[in-house]
Amino acid sequence: MRILAALLRKELKLMRRNPLIIRVIIAMPVMVMLVLPLIASLDVKNVGITVVDNDRSILSSRIIRDLNAAEGLCVNSVCSTHSEAMTEVENGTSDVILTIPQNFEQNPESLDVEANGVNATKGMLGAQYVVSSVSLTLSQWLGEQGTEIKANRPSVINRYNPTLEYRNYMIPAIMVVLIIIICGFLPALNLVSEKETGTIEAMNVSPVSRMTFVLSKLIIFWVVSLLVVAVGMTIGYLVYGLAPQGSILGIFGATVLFSLVMSGIGVTIANKSATMMQSIFVMFAFIMIFQLMSGLLTPISSMPQWAQAFTLFIPPRYFVEIMRSIYLKATPLTALWPQFTALAALALATCTLAALTYKKTT
Amino acid sequence: MNNSVISVRNLTKRFGSFTAVDHISFDVSRGEIFGFLGANGAGKTTAMRMLCGLSQPSDGTGLVAGFDIAANPEMVKRNIGYMSQKFSLYEDLSVNDNLTLFATIYGMKNQEIKKRKAELYDFLEMTDIKNSLVRDIPIGWKQRLAFAAATIHNPKVVFLDEPTGGVDPITRRRFWELIYKVSSEGMTVFVTTHYLDEAEYCNRVSIMVDGRIKALDSPNELKLKYGVETMDAVFRKVAEGAQRSE
Amino acid sequence: MNNTLISLVKKEFLHIIRDRRTALITILMPLVLLLLFGYAISTEVNNINVMAVIDFHSDKSREILKKMEVNSYFTFIGLATVEELDDAMKRGDADAGLVMRQSDAQTEYQIIVDASNPNMAKTATAYLTGLIEPAGNSLVTTRTLYNPRLKSSYNFVPGIMGMIFILVCAIMTSVSIVSEKESGTMNLLLVSPIRPAMIIIGKLVPYFVLSCIILAAMLGLSYGLLDIPLNASVFNVILLSMLYIVLALSIGLLVSSIVSTQLAALIVSAMIFMIPIIFFSGMLFPIDNMPQVLQWLSSIIPARWYISALKKLMIQQLPVSYIVHEVTILGFMTLLILVIAIKKFKTR
Repeated sequence: MRILAALLRKELKLMRRNPLIIRVIIAMPVMVMLVLPLIASLDVKNVGITVVDNDRSILSSRIIRDLNAAEGLCVNSVCSTHSEAMTEVENGTSDVILTIPQNFEQNPESLDVEANGVNATKGMLGAQYVVSSVSLTLSQWLGEQGTEIKANRPSVINRYNPTLEYRNYMIPAIMVVLIIIICGFLPALNLVSEKETGTIEAMNVSPVSRMTFVLSKLIIFWVVSLLVVAVGMTIGYLVYGLAPQGSILGIFGATVLFSLVMSGIGVTIANKSATMMQSIFVMFAFIMIFQLMSGLLTPISSMPQWAQAFTLFIPPRYFVEIMRSIYLKATPLTALWPQFTALAALALATCTLAALTYKKTT
Repeated sequence: MNNSVISVRNLTKRFGSFTAVDHISFDVSRGEIFGFLGANGAGKTTAMRMLCGLSQPSDGTGLVAGFDIAANPEMVKRNIGYMSQKFSLYEDLSVNDNLTLFATIYGMKNQEIKKRKAELYDFLEMTDIKNSLVRDIPIGWKQRLAFAAATIHNPKVVFLDEPTGGVDPITRRRFWELIYKVSSEGMTVFVTTHYLDEAEYCNRVSIMVDGRIKALDSPNELKLKYGVETMDAVFRKVAEGAQRSE
Repeated sequence: MNNTLISLVKKEFLHIIRDRRTALITILMPLVLLLLFGYAISTEVNNINVMAVIDFHSDKSREILKKMEVNSYFTFIGLATVEELDDAMKRGDADAGLVMRQSDAQTEYQIIVDASNPNMAKTATAYLTGLIEPAGNSLVTTRTLYNPRLKSSYNFVPGIMGMIFILVCAIMTSVSIVSEKESGTMNLLLVSPIRPAMIIIGKLVPYFVLSCIILAAMLGLSYGLLDIPLNASVFNVILLSMLYIVLALSIGLLVSSIVSTQLAALIVSAMIFMIPIIFFSGMLFPIDNMPQVLQWLSSIIPARWYISALKKLMIQQLPVSYIVHEVTILGFMTLLILVIAIKKFKTR
């Protein structure tokens, strides 16, 4: 215990003396929390529409007017040929083309909506918006013409995020990104740099036990990760007005478990690599996979089956689920036990691996 | 029990088909300064790493401070000090922090640490710089500090791997004064070196060539035996015909 | 003079090849990432789990339920009470629910969605609304341009290439230069009569070649396995990528002239660069969604321009004239960074 405390003191002092690391664990989270929620948005706004109006009727101009008035949509131009419209899409000014055929007013049968698939989300959702705006206009029109009885529009309740802010969805996830990066890279770098400067030799020849040495590396980073989350929550509340709806203790608990997983992986990789560059490239691959496959940036449910099965082994998947559920839905911890169990098991596994791969004797 | 602190029989280390250390045997007794000489690549560092419990022997046995180096390396580590060739203290910690850290690691009590540090500062004339960061002090001081860190817990044996590399003769001389001091207090010193004048300071010297010990005796006996005046000449005679260098 | 350059390049190549494990990791890692993400990731929303809350069964409600069960976007997970729906949404088991109530012989519909992911919520709302009132929807046919099957690999390939080159190149050059600084061999070279420019070129050429190998492998995968349509523009893609690689190498050079330890070089070029590239480059999050100020800020991220140009060439198959803007900016950035880096390198 005394030895562990001494080693921890050493880690803290070394960290304090390295201005770059201080910047990474304090300034980076602050900067990231201030900026990323503003940009990490898949909100589909400003969908540019080009209408090819071959009808030029009252109905077609009403459709155009309603589109322009709809939220998130904007009619950029109305042109008379399809190729003109395509130029607009190629230039990137328009995302959706709506083609109204000739004599549509007399015979409202088919409309064409074409979405730019280069940006799939914007194209798809944009097309959906257009369809739903047009169909509203149409059913009103048809209702007025008396050809069809107006149906009941359903009322919609948006639970947990009534303003539909994408930002609220991303704020808990951005903290996860930070912890992945900080607790993934720093322990690996820390250990490899002890290898390169030779100080690890002094530890190997001393009676410090493997577990104590590895723990000193892991504990320091769970302190760091708690700090990151605390900073993140504070900024989330002060700047974006988003406070966790559920148990803060649960958030901290999951953070500790997850930071153990990440730094356990970092230490294992460092144990196994000869040079700093090697450990960084391997860690880099892990970190990229973790960020992109954890459901943090894109939904897991839209991945193919094999990939969904793969995500069961991606630790941040569970952390992201816990963070979002507690943050937005106030999910009780009792309902999150599968995620907590998975994280705890992974933490145990990676930390054991970290201790086992650290060899004092070659 | 006899008086030997290090007792090695047929110690061997192979890396694949390459035999770095080839069946070496020797004893070192308590309080002795034992010089371990050899050209680069002769296997000195490998042998020393085995004795310190850093590397598992492929064959043979070794007892250090009464513990088997293969079966019980962690017990060996409790009873020795090691100063590696590469400077291995934390550069971003102060002199004082480094010493406290290593003393605690060796299980010393706080009171004891305080007393021992005061002694060492006095002895090493380091009182003025005890709060400077290690990276800011000159190399000669760093080596003395590394020595202090390796001996702070009064180990039975201290292993020094080329402790005086890259410093001027005066600093080297002062370093050897430290070695004499701890040796006179009963600590066994096992030292590898490049500098053959330093070999003269040792009680006994072994010379390794191509993984084997080719000569082992006191410097005077060796000079007599080979009929030469200096250790330098002894070394050249012994190392004649070496296959490995660098 | 050319001999010195050749021997410098040779030395660096030997250095790369000798550490076989690292070299192998450097080439394989981008390929694994490209394949994995190309096949697995998509920003679209589908597979929405829905529940229905019905207090009064009728022909209409049966008809809607039947449609739910066959709709490919939905997974209908069953009937429930409002409380059960609430609970399932909290656990994340259900994403949306359709409530049908009978009042005054009129059916009232209510859609309850888990809006924590707003896009999921909007999509769910749109589809459920479509189920209830199919009148307007059936008139409209929707098609997708360029990416007809909405394969996400189309969108991720440029993004992943943009990210990998900058990170890998910056890490490689900065670390290799800084480690020479640390070990002192850089001083050896600097005091020699070799001109600093030679030293720099000698450093960059081998890593440029290595990056081109990665490029070839990535393009091979994209065209071969990920079905990105191959046409004449592949030469333009290669030229564009080479420009980008030079830019990325220069960034590594710049980093190496600012920091003095490997640790610092890695922190800067792996950790600090990673976040802006993922979030700011338009790879995942559309740039025109950002506040204006941040859109301007994103202009300084080279990956943004590379990704944008690559999308035009690879996915939209547009002629080169459409990417003049991007290429000019990238070229200008390369020049600027190279000049600053060389200046800094010399004055050290």
